[in-house]
Amino acid sequence: MTQPVIEIENLTRVYQMGDTELRALDGISLTVAPGEFVAVMGPSGSGKSTLMNIVGCLDRPTSGRYVLEGVDVSGLDRDARASIRNDKIGFVFQSFNLLSRTNALENVELPLLYSKKSKITEEEARAQAMKCLERVGLGPRWDHTSAQLSGGQQQRVAIARSLVNNPAILLADEPTGNLDSKTSVEVMAIFQELNEEGKTVVLITHEPDISDHAKRVVTFRDGKILSDVPVTKRRIAARPVPAEGAAS
Amino acid sequence: MTKTGNILKVAFRALGRNKLRSLLTALGIIIGVACVVATIGIGEGARLQAEDQLKSLGTNFLMIFPGTMTSSGAKTGWGGSSRLSGDDVDALRREVQTVAYVSATIRTVAQVIYGNQNWSTSIQGGEVDWPLIRSWNLAQGQFFTDQDNRSASKVCVLGQTVKTNLFGDEDPIGKMIRIKNIPFKVVGILDSKGGSTMGQDQDDLVIAPYETVRKKIMGTTAVGAILASAASNELVPRAQEEITALLQQRHRINKAAGQDDDFMIRSQTEMLQQAEEQSRTMSALLWSIAGVSLLVGGIGIMNIMLVSVTERTREIGVRMAIGAKGGDIRAQFLVEAVVLAITGGAVGIGLGIGIQRTVARFAGWPVSVQPNAIWLAFAFSALVGIAFGFYPALKASRLDPIEALRYE
Repeated sequence: MTQPVIEIENLTRVYQMGDTELRALDGISLTVAPGEFVAVMGPSGSGKSTLMNIVGCLDRPTSGRYVLEGVDVSGLDRDARASIRNDKIGFVFQSFNLLSRTNALENVELPLLYSKKSKITEEEARAQAMKCLERVGLGPRWDHTSAQLSGGQQQRVAIARSLVNNPAILLADEPTGNLDSKTSVEVMAIFQELNEEGKTVVLITHEPDISDHAKRVVTFRDGKILSDVPVTKRRIAARPVPAEGAAS
Repeated sequence: MTKTGNILKVAFRALGRNKLRSLLTALGIIIGVACVVATIGIGEGARLQAEDQLKSLGTNFLMIFPGTMTSSGAKTGWGGSSRLSGDDVDALRREVQTVAYVSATIRTVAQVIYGNQNWSTSIQGGEVDWPLIRSWNLAQGQFFTDQDNRSASKVCVLGQTVKTNLFGDEDPIGKMIRIKNIPFKVVGILDSKGGSTMGQDQDDLVIAPYETVRKKIMGTTAVGAILASAASNELVPRAQEEITALLQQRHRINKAAGQDDDFMIRSQTEMLQQAEEQSRTMSALLWSIAGVSLLVGGIGIMNIMLVSVTERTREIGVRMAIGAKGGDIRAQFLVEAVVLAITGGAVGIGLGIGIQRTVARFAGWPVSVQPNAIWLAFAFSALVGIAFGFYPALKASRLDPIEALRYE
């Protein structure tokens, strides 16, 4: 059996709010194998964002174990977690979070700046970032700043940025939350393509339309896993051809 | 990929985004640094100028004044004692080996007349060593001789200003002028020395034999002051000690019994020190302005950096999410503060040099742009950037990435 990418055992996260304890995650266990496409669903306050923060190494669990690619990361300090994030996790956010007044290519290059994996030259970094931009169909727009790009294009730049360090998982938090349905489908098409190529994708959403693009849906409620089922009628998003620089 | 290059680029971009704000923030530093550069430059220029002028007094110069005297319990001021005598001068010349030249002097102010021209000037009596002590050469003619002095001959040497005012373009050598209605023959003309530290025209004088001035013009027995010149620069303090000892002995002053000297010796070094003291006082004033300005500038930088950290909370969150460590964020904001301070510093250096040039031109001082002043100013501004940028940078690096990402 191959080593799982994510291995979570009996994980809890408790927020102390004055006298009351809020158990955002209440003893959950979850395993994600390489190449999976998991959608995490649930209403707000169900604990899915807390899970995403912990899986993304932005936060630490109160108790329990989180093993990422065979490494227990549940007890790492800030800087060690920053390294793990840089190395193994590609974030895609609802609000894109590109740096303003910075062009697409420089945005994509950014994670390489903080990478300590290997000393790569400026040219190599540029080439690597360019490859990722081309991968999401925005090669010709490399010099556009986020203000000059549409929402869908911005999200594609963000996806390119998440790919640039070749992470173990893509962690997308409501990636279509700020996009219209047509653009959403295009973005989902990219995730599906990347997944076909072997990337592990964890997607957090509350829209069933979007979660149907995944292969497996885990539903949360009140900090616990309510259901964990494979998608039976999977939607396949078709990317309009040609996608190169198309207005989306 | 060069991390430093990128951090610098990000810093410049962030500052360029708010040009006016950056400029206003840097203003404190600009003023502070301009003060530092101008201060050091002006101070140095003034010092050089003062030094030059004091050197124009002569080399290894010593001046002995009559001192205070207590008569019936009342102390006279400096010069109140007339106990410096011609014998003292002779004794000095004879017994103090460390002294190369000695000249008794005396001075008064009188009207000098030539033809229908007249001019009020300082009449100085001196001996033959006088031009050697003052290192003052003659432009024309020659200085009077020792014989002239002993016989109280009515000859004189004119300063350039007096010559111009009495004679114009006429050749004065051999002409007769009248000082207090006594006719004097002009035997020489001094070189021009220009203005002194106090703004006096040093060329506005007539010099005549000491004995002539003492007997014929002033009718006194007292020596005005003794000018002397030590044999070398190193011997100045020794000469001063030996003269003091000699005069104390001659005037029977018992230091042990608490008697005060009735004379006073000033050396060129002391006068230089005094001039330096004055420029130091002025420097201290400018330095304190510079210090306050840099402090205020630093506080301005801290303030704006704190605003910047808040404004860019989200950016910090993104950078942290994609792997920036606390140190990376800290470095970024620190570099930004330092770039702001150093840019301000560079502008300040330019401004300071400008101020210095202007002041130097008005005051007629030599311009001296001190390279060490520029380095000092540069170091100061960088230091201010680091000192006041550190807290905002630390604050940025301690943000929680989750909260920062959520920040609107």
